[in-house]
Amino acid sequence: MKSLLTLLFSITLIFTACSGGNSGQQADSSGEPEQEQGLSDFEMEHGIGPITERIDISDDIDEDLRVRGQEIFEMKCEMCHNMEGRMVGPALGDVAERRSPEYLMNMVLNPGGMARNHPEGQKLVQEYMTVMPFQNVTEEDARALVEYLRDYSMNN
Amino acid sequence: MSKKKNNKLRGILFGAGFVALAAFLFTGCPSDQRMLQSGDAAQKVYVAPGDHDEFYGFFSGGYSGQLSVWGLPSARMLKVIPVFSQDPETGYGYSEETKPLFNTSYGFIPWDDSHHPHISQTEGDSDGRWIFINANNTPRIARIDLTTFETKEILELPNTGGNHASSYVTSNTEYVIGATRFSIPYEKDLDVPINSYSDEFRGALSFIQVDQETGMMEMDFQIVVPPYNYDLGRAGKGVSGDWVFFTTYNTEEAHTMLEVNASRNDKDFIAAVNWKKAAELVRNGHGKTMDAEYYHNHYNGQNQGVAVSEVKNEVTVLDTREVDENFIYYLPTPKSPHGVDLDPTGEYIVGGGKLATVIPVHSFSNMLEAIENEEFDEFIDGIPVLNYDATIAGEVENPGLGPLHTEFDGKGYAYTSVYISSEIVKWSLDTFEVVDRIDSYYSIGHLMITGGDTVDPDAQYMVGLTKTAKDRYLPTGPKQNHPAQLYDISGDKMELLLDFPTIGEPHYAQAIRADKIKDNVKQIYEMEENDHPNAITRISDNRVERNGRDVHIYMGATRSHFRPDNIEGVKVGDTVYLHLTNMEQEWDVVHGIAIKGSTNSEILVAPGQTKTIKWEPTRTGIYPFYCTAFCSALHQEMQGYIRVSAPDSNVDLKWSTNE
Ligand code: HEC
Ligand SMILES: [Cu+2]
Repeated sequence: MKSLLTLLFSITLIFTACSGGNSGQQADSSGEPEQEQGLSDFEMEHGIGPITERIDISDDIDEDLRVRGQEIFEMKCEMCHNMEGRMVGPALGDVAERRSPEYLMNMVLNPGGMARNHPEGQKLVQEYMTVMPFQNVTEEDARALVEYLRDYSMNN
Repeated sequence: MSKKKNNKLRGILFGAGFVALAAFLFTGCPSDQRMLQSGDAAQKVYVAPGDHDEFYGFFSGGYSGQLSVWGLPSARMLKVIPVFSQDPETGYGYSEETKPLFNTSYGFIPWDDSHHPHISQTEGDSDGRWIFINANNTPRIARIDLTTFETKEILELPNTGGNHASSYVTSNTEYVIGATRFSIPYEKDLDVPINSYSDEFRGALSFIQVDQETGMMEMDFQIVVPPYNYDLGRAGKGVSGDWVFFTTYNTEEAHTMLEVNASRNDKDFIAAVNWKKAAELVRNGHGKTMDAEYYHNHYNGQNQGVAVSEVKNEVTVLDTREVDENFIYYLPTPKSPHGVDLDPTGEYIVGGGKLATVIPVHSFSNMLEAIENEEFDEFIDGIPVLNYDATIAGEVENPGLGPLHTEFDGKGYAYTSVYISSEIVKWSLDTFEVVDRIDSYYSIGHLMITGGDTVDPDAQYMVGLTKTAKDRYLPTGPKQNHPAQLYDISGDKMELLLDFPTIGEPHYAQAIRADKIKDNVKQIYEMEENDHPNAITRISDNRVERNGRDVHIYMGATRSHFRPDNIEGVKVGDTVYLHLTNMEQEWDVVHGIAIKGSTNSEILVAPGQTKTIKWEPTRTGIYPFYCTAFCSALHQEMQGYIRVSAPDSNVDLKWSTNE
């Protein structure tokens, strides 16, 4: 009886203690089978965040999306990132070659979760000493940013 | 007549009771106070770390001029919203976009005395859109937006001396009311002998219309009334929703030593105004336009913008001596009544007869009947004075000495604060009998029940706002902060839960269920919607411009740097405007800026916000500036330099980052 109570108590404790631990911004896990560090294969390759499956992206650049992406980039990203050369964060000129579109979107939509829970994110934080902030962008904004970054790396 | 005699007798008997009570009060030791076993009380106010309170409490700052925000029942202080006083911490009243809020027809006023916060209402219930608060000294009303908890607007009231009966709203926030506590000559700047009081001085009751979309206030009309002191007000609700009520004292029309001279009359009045009728009379041209000068300060943008001052030159006036139709009535009320409060149904009008030995309760339906039957004792300047016996519904006996303010629990009881005997009495709206009483620590002014002035009180907690702390806390010198006490009123007996110091001198307070506000609170200013004229919305726009002797720095801040962070070419004699935009879009990541030697304040800038601070360097040299908010791990690195050269030097204007 006593141990049952203890159990109940610990369960309540766990559930109440955990609420709000994620600073409220973004959820950072999907329900997929877990792997190293509790991450799924998908998450290892494409990041942790709201994007949980591959998205369709044509090889051609969508010009409208690219323009929109550039606008957002200048407003919400450029203070920390150069295309060439390190600033507050890493250079992004070739990031679209190094990372998948889904990874980029998860990085932008869930930077806190990436820094905490993804091995690549953790590495970068150690190097840059600043956790990238969520810049109040929507999923569509993130998609547009991908288009801008893809275009840049194709043409430079 | 016989009633009057009774009152006197009662007064004497009561006086004797008071002496006994006072003796008890001053000798009674603290352990006598009625409270729950301290463990139980602690349970009731315990809100676990990370959990949220059930209520927001808004306490006026009194002579601090501000409005403080508390979580109840824990009594955790959440914030102090600067309203009528400059706040060097945030730059409020120092920054260029907020300075115009302080403009009045008397110039820039850095301070005032804020008294009665009132949350906007819909159908008689607090709705959490805005909160209004009055400035008592230089008469004004401010509106605070409850999505950002920032002061958005300040309206000056013309021809008013001491805006005390304010800032109460009508049931659907159609109007916010104001009134003159100190009657003064109604005509603008009239220079007359003080002893011409009865001839030249007038009272003014103000009706300020509120735009339902934007919350923007506009002085709709004033009612010119006899030169009494108009003390407190309340809008009716439910059945009395078309009316507002004001208390008066000094119906003696004294202008000196009011302490004695304004306490002679056995009864003063509660003024009942049919605001719907008055507004209709104004719409139909019964008002007249008078010269006036008053400021209306508000923001010009939808989102951020900057505050601007508009000067108004006239006001529409209804003069009771000139309008034939009746729209205002006087209800005789003993004696120098302070508060006037309506029960949740709007039927009972409770006067806080400061010097009376009873709490008089008028009936609204009796009042309507008396008006219908023209039971008028006399007319004063065209205002019918209703017969006391015709309107009164009951007198609560033995209420203690110095009853002031009343709120309600919606379960048939009223709670009245009693100043001199320092207690709260609970009485029945059915029998008008006192059913419980509890001590205050010490000398209570207003009290507040959660939702207690609305049609639907929550009636869980009551806060007593008291005037002196004396021995209640660790001593902090000859002047101590004002206390507040939290009581549990959910049961038959009132129970003291908590006693805590506040800021300034809280007069009135309001509380609202947290869920009516918290989901609407903004976490950031959206960068896309920044309409501050000097914002930069992309970092590549950072720059410095010279315009004659004015230098404008358009600077961006992100963790953990400013751009630009090296500036040269500023000269002694220049006026530098530093426009800082916080480019963050994450909740609660704040940057600030301070420049060595600046005689101005710092500014704190919220995520996505822009603020401007003026700086007039007087010496050549290198001026470091830095971020005053601990914004990131590299916060100590967030700094920069400005070089200031001699007025005749030829150092070019130049700015850079990372070069
Ligand atoms: C306050 C500075 C800051 C802002 C603003 C910012 N970032 Fe970052 N970003 C960083 C830092 C620092 C890192 C390194 C990871 C970390 O520490 O979290 C990073 C990492 C990244 C990465 C991962 C790079 C890699 O090699 O894996 C991408 C992609 C990225 N940022 C894109 C963006 C985009 C797009 C925006 C605008 C929406 C943006 N960032 C806004 C600071 C910032
Ligand atoms: Cu900072």
